[in-house]
Amino acid sequence: MAYSDKLIEHYENPRNMGSLDKNADDVGTGLVGAPACGDVMKLQLKINDDGIIEDAKFKTFGCGSAIASSSLVTEMVKGKSIDFAEGIKNTMIAEELALPPVKIHCSVLAEDAIKAAIADYRKKQAERAATPSE
Amino acid sequence: MAVTLPIYLDNHATTPLDPRVLDEMLPYLTQHFGNAASRNHSFGWTANEAVERAREQVAALIGADPKEIIFTSGATESDNLGIIGAARFNSKKGKHIITSKLEHKAVLDSCHALESEGFEITFLDSDPDGIVKPAQVEAAIRPDTVLCAIMMANNEIGTINPIAEIGAVCRRHNVIFHVDAVQALGRVAIDVTAMNVDLMAISAHKMYGPKGIGALYVRRGRPRIRLEPLIHGGGHERGLRSGTLPVHQIVGLGAAAKYALEALQNGENDRIRALRDRLWEGLQKNLDHLYINGSWEHRLPNNLNCSFAYVEGEALMMGIKAIACSSGSACTSASLEPSYVLRALGVDVELAHTSMRFGVGRFNTEEEIDFAIELITEKVRWLRQMSPLYELVQEGVDLKTIQWAAH
Repeated sequence: MAYSDKLIEHYENPRNMGSLDKNADDVGTGLVGAPACGDVMKLQLKINDDGIIEDAKFKTFGCGSAIASSSLVTEMVKGKSIDFAEGIKNTMIAEELALPPVKIHCSVLAEDAIKAAIADYRKKQAERAATPSE
Repeated sequence: MAVTLPIYLDNHATTPLDPRVLDEMLPYLTQHFGNAASRNHSFGWTANEAVERAREQVAALIGADPKEIIFTSGATESDNLGIIGAARFNSKKGKHIITSKLEHKAVLDSCHALESEGFEITFLDSDPDGIVKPAQVEAAIRPDTVLCAIMMANNEIGTINPIAEIGAVCRRHNVIFHVDAVQALGRVAIDVTAMNVDLMAISAHKMYGPKGIGALYVRRGRPRIRLEPLIHGGGHERGLRSGTLPVHQIVGLGAAAKYALEALQNGENDRIRALRDRLWEGLQKNLDHLYINGSWEHRLPNNLNCSFAYVEGEALMMGIKAIACSSGSACTSASLEPSYVLRALGVDVELAHTSMRFGVGRFNTEEEIDFAIELITEKVRWLRQMSPLYELVQEGVDLKTIQWAAH
């Protein structure tokens, strides 16, 4: 398959590959996709009290497009607000990497991963607020 | 010895043209350009002699009589002509055909095409070994069964079917037996008489010959197999396949068959098997969670089809682009479906996505194999570091216990 230079560059030099402590209160983890479908993305966001994404890490099982989409998305959200991250649309990722039509689902998965990570972070925050401090 | 990149390890897809084959072909593109059907001058005679010599060479490879060889454009046409041609000619006797789910698309789609003409097709299941059992064939035979099509060796997993045993079953029940032998030519000794094969599809470009040429073996005696032609015209090839013979291509097929027969006798396959085993042993020494797809015992000497768990096949191919190979991953196909062969074997879809096929060939070297082992090892390790599945497994999580959201 003919891929864009940008996609290949992200595949060969993925940004922010790795893991954050999934048990930390300020880390939201999104795990989306399914092994049976051939792609699984794990996206983690470390968010400070001002709602700014201080760090982002990913791990992806999937094709080159899936790896590049997740790498790109970590780059897009790092240093940005939760609101900005929530506004990211898959079409932005697909355009940036010039994904071929059969690979659009990779960008959808990346969008889903951000939303799942933010949802996990919010859930943790709500649980922490509900727990009376000692 | 330094290796030249990229390394070709996709010899099931096609093989390079053997330079000796090319040398034999060239004069038939230049000075010997005659039409083999021109009976009245030396240009035609020279061409015809070359065609008949090639016919003998192809026949010798499979233990046939030269009169039983029909030249076609390739194995896809041969499968179509054998299956559709024999089914149509014999349709008054019955309209039931037996084949297996692991067959090449040229066979499966020829069968599907006959469904629209009222034929009923039984697609035999496969066990995890990828071998069709003679008893399965026998159990599927009905009074109206006219034809059975089973491949000799599978193009993805390289597994070899017990063709002689299946042939005996077909002969006993008076069922025409069509065999796609493309992957087996020059790698497995073939005798169409001993194996009771009635029709056999042959291709040149999987045995170091040129693309665009193949043959169909059609049994002439006891029993004589008759076909309805698919291509009509000047009545070439005993009326079974009209069209001016591409003499240079046929010469190439003949020469390729000659060297394929030599390969069966000069130890070439032992050398190739040793390279294939070296590749598999090297990978196993370096990496865990590797799985062989299909029977290891009943397999072509040049085939390795294995799954690198937790690493998606297309991503791995991008990482090892210095090596030409192929993957059963969905991401390499337009349909986004993983290999139908692996699924028919019952291989987990997860593992099908991580499968790779390597096909060793006549021109590969030990140095190339060692380079491949190192590069594949490095990239699998790198991609596993990136794989959330591998991370979960390292943490002791059973992936089957996770509720995945299919998409």
